[in-house]
Amino acid sequence: MTQNYFELFALAPTFNLDLVTLETNYRTIQSTSHPDRFVGATATEKLSSMQLATMANEAYQTLKNPAKRAKYLLELQNINSISETNTAMPADFLMQQMEWRENMEEAKSNKDIASLEQLHHQIQVEAKILQASLIDCLDIKKDYSSGTDVTRKLIFLDKVCDDINKIIEQLDS
Amino acid sequence: MALLQISEPGMSAAPHQHRLAVGIDLGTTNSLVATVLSGLSHVLADEHGYTLLPSVVHYGETDKVQVGTEAQKKQNSDPHNTIVSVKRFMGRGLKDIESSQLPYQFVEQAGMLQIATRAGIKSPVEISAEILKVLKTRAEQALGGELVGAVITVPAYFDDAQRQATKDAARLAGLNVLRLLNEPTAAAVAYGLDNNSEGLYVIYDLGGGTFDISILKLSKGVFEVLATNGDSALGGDDFDHRIYCWILETAKLSPRNAHDTRLLMSKSREAKEWLTSHTETQVSCLLSDGDFVNLHLTYDQFTEITANLVEKTLSPVRKAMRDAGLSIEDIDGVVMVGGATRMPQVQQVVADYFKKTPLTNLDPDKVVALGAAIQANILAGNKNAEELLLLDVIPLSLGLETIGGLAEKVIHRNSTLPVARAQEFTTYKDGQTAMSIHVVQGERELVVDCRSLARFELRGIPPMVAGAARIRITFTVDADGLLSVSAREISSNVEAHIAVKPSYGLSEEEITNMLKASFNSAEADKSARMLTEARVSAGAIIGAVKAALEADKALITRDQVATIEAEINRLSTLSAANDANAIHSGVEALNHATEAFAAARMNASISNALAGKALDQIKL
Repeated sequence: MTQNYFELFALAPTFNLDLVTLETNYRTIQSTSHPDRFVGATATEKLSSMQLATMANEAYQTLKNPAKRAKYLLELQNINSISETNTAMPADFLMQQMEWRENMEEAKSNKDIASLEQLHHQIQVEAKILQASLIDCLDIKKDYSSGTDVTRKLIFLDKVCDDINKIIEQLDS
Repeated sequence: MALLQISEPGMSAAPHQHRLAVGIDLGTTNSLVATVLSGLSHVLADEHGYTLLPSVVHYGETDKVQVGTEAQKKQNSDPHNTIVSVKRFMGRGLKDIESSQLPYQFVEQAGMLQIATRAGIKSPVEISAEILKVLKTRAEQALGGELVGAVITVPAYFDDAQRQATKDAARLAGLNVLRLLNEPTAAAVAYGLDNNSEGLYVIYDLGGGTFDISILKLSKGVFEVLATNGDSALGGDDFDHRIYCWILETAKLSPRNAHDTRLLMSKSREAKEWLTSHTETQVSCLLSDGDFVNLHLTYDQFTEITANLVEKTLSPVRKAMRDAGLSIEDIDGVVMVGGATRMPQVQQVVADYFKKTPLTNLDPDKVVALGAAIQANILAGNKNAEELLLLDVIPLSLGLETIGGLAEKVIHRNSTLPVARAQEFTTYKDGQTAMSIHVVQGERELVVDCRSLARFELRGIPPMVAGAARIRITFTVDADGLLSVSAREISSNVEAHIAVKPSYGLSEEEITNMLKASFNSAEADKSARMLTEARVSAGAIIGAVKAALEADKALITRDQVATIEAEINRLSTLSAANDANAIHSGVEALNHATEAFAAARMNASISNALAGKALDQIKL
């Protein structure tokens, strides 16, 4: 199967994606291709069902998540947004990052889950702003260079949120 | 061409016939078997009308094995040979369990612990198989035929070793496992179909020995698990144990012998059950040294001594909610599953957390088996439930050991199944030609804190400078949640593959040997059986391919059709002869011949399914 993830779900390759259609089409594909539908089938049919269902899962998870979706859109343009040559970040963004990380560490040592949740929420708000600007860069202006910068920022924010969740989990166990 | 069809009773490939399939809830305390009859799921009863089979196995004198109520009666008089709650030992080593309070003679074995009984050393897999055999017989007697297969439920939070052990037990009991199904997902199926529910549901499943929490999105027959979490060593048994400890403490008793321990545990369980609907109880019994225990226990005291057990369930609940990215207001309903959720203090804590009265209108003991039966019915190919689809997840992350004893996650927990993911690694020494691969499961950073699933070696890497080799390791998890791992050096194509059957799992050969030993079958019987099985599978594939050709011949060239038809004819001829191996190779050949056809059909069916949805964008 050579098609890309957008083609698989019969969607146009845009950042501003209709998530309802994505979910509906994902479910339609799983309803057709899932291994449960091929229990009595031949080994070959089972194999292609397994492959397609696996790909549909991977594709769905990629397109559902804004940072992964942006990264994937850039990959379709042959741009690797997280390659090692692509690491320069604006100073103000890095300052912001450091501040968040400091707040995170402080809340961690105070075992303050409420503050961590608050910080998580604050970063999500920032992420929404970046997502809006990705529609502008990737869908409207086709400015992939700026799009790459914003995507990297979004990936950074996701990483901070992941780390916050990990800390909350540790404190909660 | 005459199509040769040889079917065993109940194994007919004829599509119109109802295939007998069951769902089995292999529980810590009780086990059940259910099936779908005329579109409705029913739990099957034994000849006395009992549906719950206590998960207790007694090894008696003269090779007599008893299971269920009869075995339960022996637990006070013969505790060493009466195994209760064996599920807690599945896929577990001695270090994983608290063995000091248990009356068994444990034998440490690489991987899974074993228990010395009168009938010899038994593994938890063999003990569980005894329970499954009884349920299999019960089902076959009730349904009047041989079973096509069974769906066996497991706690969602079971790891790979525990799943593998469960599957081994089923195979040892002579069951064809159609699927391992997570218990909360099974419950959601039974509940959702019964109530026509749509939306976001939490399944809170506190069984005898395990706790699971799953969050599902129910929509138009698709049951999508968004997140799951749990504790595979927390359940109703722990509440009994709290009462037991309370008795020892209050009555100032010294540690007891096996007989007294068992007796006090039974009394504790009775007290717990009584306090589910009463405010107080009297615990009284006569111990072996003549001491008489007589204590008064109130519901409030019971709630107090078990408060932290109930509280302990909320941590997995919060984790699952976070993983699903949901808040309490998003949840449409909370379904209670498992006998232990009958305890009022459990219901209260759940109601307080979700700010909602939990749903308890299905029998919490039966709902898992009922859901499993529905899935079994679909997987056996009995139509009319086509719209139902379960999308489950992997409960625990899978990873590899990297330098410094760190676990690098390859597949993250709560990924939807089936899933495959590859990661590249490299060598760290010049000229390194082998790489040892250690597969682990768990969320912790350090390998020592995760469960080790398997170790294997990739050899024959061409010598290169450190960091130059590119070793791609692929993890594949199938719809049962079972893992296989393959490793390949990309430049040289050296490959190693293992299905992860760690020290915990049994190899195909071991299973065969155990089966042989238990049936004690003569060689002739065995080859007759093999021939019958080969013919059944040949008949099944011929039927399937013919039906496929009938429907979709147009998708492939006339030459391709001719090749496939030639293989069908060849296999039919082989099937009429008496060589099982030749039939198997004919099946292989037919499978091979249909590869392109299968792919074309798959693509066509996806196109059809998405038809009308922006057709111009699909390139299939």
